[in-house]
Amino acid sequence: MSATAERGVNALREQIDAPVASFFSSCVSCGLCADACIFFQETQDPQYTPIRKVELLRRVWENEYTLFGRVKSMLGLGNTITEEDFTEMERLVYDSCTMCGRCTMVCPVGNDITMMIRKMREGMSAAGHAPVELIGAAKRHTKGNSPMGDLSKAIQSQVKHAIADTGIDIEFDKAGVDYLVILSAQEIAEYPEVIGAMAQIFAKAGVTWTISSEAFEATNVGVQIGNRDVAKYLVTRVVEAAEKLGVKKVISPECGHAYQALRWEGPNLIGREYGFEVVHIIELLDQLRAEGKLKTSGKDTDKITFHDPCQINRRGGINKEPRRLLNMVAENFVETDDAGTMNWCCSAGGGVGANERAGDLKNAAFQLKKRQFEKVAPDKIVTMCAFCHHTLENALEDNDMDIEVAGLTEMMAEYLDDED
Amino acid sequence: MNNPYFDLLMFARGPLFDLALLVFVAGILIRIVEILVLGRKKDFSKAKGKPVQQGIKTIFTRTLPRPGAIKANPITIVGGYVFHIGFFIAFLLFVPHIALIEALTGLSWPGVGRVIIESATVIAVIAGLALLYTRWKDPVRRKLTTWVDYLVLILSLLPLITGYVAVNKLFGDPTFMMALHILSVDILMIVFPFTKLMHAFTFAMARYYNGSIQGRKGAES
Ligand code: SF4
Ligand code: SF4
Ligand code: SF4
Repeated sequence: MSATAERGVNALREQIDAPVASFFSSCVSCGLCADACIFFQETQDPQYTPIRKVELLRRVWENEYTLFGRVKSMLGLGNTITEEDFTEMERLVYDSCTMCGRCTMVCPVGNDITMMIRKMREGMSAAGHAPVELIGAAKRHTKGNSPMGDLSKAIQSQVKHAIADTGIDIEFDKAGVDYLVILSAQEIAEYPEVIGAMAQIFAKAGVTWTISSEAFEATNVGVQIGNRDVAKYLVTRVVEAAEKLGVKKVISPECGHAYQALRWEGPNLIGREYGFEVVHIIELLDQLRAEGKLKTSGKDTDKITFHDPCQINRRGGINKEPRRLLNMVAENFVETDDAGTMNWCCSAGGGVGANERAGDLKNAAFQLKKRQFEKVAPDKIVTMCAFCHHTLENALEDNDMDIEVAGLTEMMAEYLDDED
Repeated sequence: MNNPYFDLLMFARGPLFDLALLVFVAGILIRIVEILVLGRKKDFSKAKGKPVQQGIKTIFTRTLPRPGAIKANPITIVGGYVFHIGFFIAFLLFVPHIALIEALTGLSWPGVGRVIIESATVIAVIAGLALLYTRWKDPVRRKLTTWVDYLVLILSLLPLITGYVAVNKLFGDPTFMMALHILSVDILMIVFPFTKLMHAFTFAMARYYNGSIQGRKGAES
């Protein structure tokens, strides 16, 4: 075995635990997970069957963690893993999976395949088989402050704009406030309006908040690439900033994988509980609504549909909140087929969007979303993940579909009740 | 007493059955312990939902397919249900089987009549053949299936077929058919711990883990 393949196998070995062993022991090769996967649906290519994407993890388990497999390995009959195996798996593990979690929902024996793909990526990246774009993003993010490069000037100027637009003061690094807002790079670079939107809503609701000049970016390419060290390093930045400022809660932005990384993986990456709570912006807005602190007036008359970000709904449990909010401001809200927990992914999450090689596959996968949108024929698609927003906007344009895409927080701010 | 197959029958239900039972029970225990000793790391994230409750709930709820799934994979899902239900009716509700289980464990329960047992058997065999067919025909399943998987499916059908033939004295020497029936059960028990038949026990663990992982996040499972 080559040195790199060995590193990969070692990393895979570390990923094996009781859930993984129970999943592989239970798989009956029924193939039902295939139909759950957008990449299989749109290509009908059996190689995209989700459980096949974790084949190397399965082999390590069989060879080393089952009695029968160990006997076979001792007799030299084991299914050893080679460099070529890693090369072969690369496109399956990264290009044809957005870690959307649909397969996990349909497997009759209950396998959490998505979680295993996340684990599989640890082995792939350790073996040096992660897509170059993700490796580049990880370098930029660990050396600088965002996967898109240095955004510290950008955030300062976007906040200045927001102050000018709203007339509300926003202070960096303000100690003693309740909430720390962190943003995704996509928002800072492409959708900065969300900053002003939050400022307006929070001012009305009496929420005290700040932005950290050290850790203002919430995405975590370490989670997408499958590198625990990078993931831990990035999450530690946010944790340290939040604990230094002494905030009670950190607001996870409209970004799917940032929410996963920060709220659910983060504490396990650093190996302890946080000294603060993590709340998703949409959860917070819904809570303010329930407390009567978020009031709106007027409604959008456009035909509006909602796109559920996988990491926030299916894998994040935030399902009813955006709908309650949207119903406050949308007069004509129509759901697409499969909306909610089983919504189809935007086709570019989990690192697929950044991966140029995956472009054709991504476009093929988007056709499913396209058909769903065509059926509803909305004027506007609202979502709560800046990366979904970005993907949908580009894909709609590429497909000559003239539909506006909007973020939910902005939309709520737009209809904020002006009365005191 | 001069039936030439009598010795075979005695072997199949005597020493071979004892051996098969030993491999079956010990094998399953080893496999389950093998999984459990791996453990899982403590989760430090603050739970939003109720992981343990949702884990237990998912063991049951995952039995039902999601809307639309049957339409996409009718043979696999309907065939799967019918095969499992038919198999367990024939296995657990046939009076002679109950008597055997009582002799082994002391547990017993009421059985059902021959008509039900035989219909269940026939339907289960048809469902099993349909499953075999879709495994072979469907490109996704075909690519996932190993020769052991085919073998296991066939081995699961043999006790049903031989049992039906023996009980109804359809053809062959009845003693021989009964010996074959018990042999097929012995073989099934012996291969059980080494194959995907293990899902019959580990599915509960898998579903529990799935439900508890999702449940912690307050997400559906
Ligand atoms: S749906 Fe589950 S049991 Fe069926 S092939 Fe996929 S992982 Fe295996
Ligand atoms: S997580 Fe989503 S994209 Fe990945 S294999 Fe499963 S269904 Fe397909
Ligand atoms: S970008 Fe959005 S839709 Fe796409 S995988 Fe991520 S959360 Fe899901």
